[in-house]
Amino acid sequence: MSLWTAILLACAAALATKLAGYAVPARWLHSPRMHRVAGALTVALLASLTVMNTVAHGSTLVLDARLAALAVAAPALWLRLPFLLVVVLGALAAALVRML
Amino acid sequence: MSAPRDRSAPVAQEQRGTWRLTPAVRMGLSIAVATGLYGISFGALAVAAGLTVAQAMALSLLMFTGGSQFAFIGVIAGGGAASAAVGAATLLGVRNAVYGMQMQRLLVPRGWRRGVMAQLTIDESAATALAQESPEEQRRGFWTAGVGVFVLWNAFTLAGALLGDALGDPRRFGLDGAAVAAFLGLLWPRLQAREPIALALACGLTTALAIPLLPPGLPILLAAGVGAAWGWLRPAPSAAGEGQTP
Repeated sequence: MSLWTAILLACAAALATKLAGYAVPARWLHSPRMHRVAGALTVALLASLTVMNTVAHGSTLVLDARLAALAVAAPALWLRLPFLLVVVLGALAAALVRML
Repeated sequence: MSAPRDRSAPVAQEQRGTWRLTPAVRMGLSIAVATGLYGISFGALAVAAGLTVAQAMALSLLMFTGGSQFAFIGVIAGGGAASAAVGAATLLGVRNAVYGMQMQRLLVPRGWRRGVMAQLTIDESAATALAQESPEEQRRGFWTAGVGVFVLWNAFTLAGALLGDALGDPRRFGLDGAAVAAFLGLLWPRLQAREPIALALACGLTTALAIPLLPPGLPILLAAGVGAAWGWLRPAPSAAGEGQTP
């Protein structure tokens, strides 16, 4: 398989995967039970994304400057600081720890 | 810095289609900057792996899902077969189907919008939409983050592919820390009661335990499975008996 063939094949598979989610009929997704599943799924996905972005490096767990971003973001959110400020504080914390 | 909010449905109706700096738009823009700049790393690594600039751009424009793109060039750089690169990238993209199902439920897109939304369905756009309460804000969050990441990710892929490593590692500026803070910020408003906190901890722990054990892309699907089972098995809060159906 040439590199171009592989690239186009992988791109087609990626779009097909994305479209598959939208192909689920909306009426299946609106029962009270599916409402609870969707709510729990949201918390699950956001929690997993947070942990992945904090400690994952490929298939290894790495504790590095990203942990400082998490440690600064949590109290900032607790204090109800604006979202953008929380994101900037997270970047500053990681950059500072890396500079040390 | 007080956030403007939609106060009533009629007001939200009037403002349909207008773009103000609502909380969802601000969230979408900040997450787009934090993520989009990573395109530099992708562009530089893709060219280092042996791809041409056009091939790197094809991946960012057409595949447009960061994890899968890094996996694809990672396999190629490691001397792996092209078919293995396709497999790794596709596996990593499966979570986008879960996001698509959630977006279909929230935003119910029709016609051509559905195809465009599907292409823009990635971690950042789905997470920004899911973090909002009102349908209008969910819609604004999705499109701001989706279009924002798409534009910046592709612009910086091109920059990285043309300039190589000359621009330096974006991690030096703490951009990976910005992404961590952004995802925690999207999760935070959901953690108002004991149950979602317990669920978030369970899914976070599941992810951390699964990262060294499973190929990249699967830990989040495992956490999604835990979340879906949690919601499915939980008895209905008001209607007694519904949770007992087999």
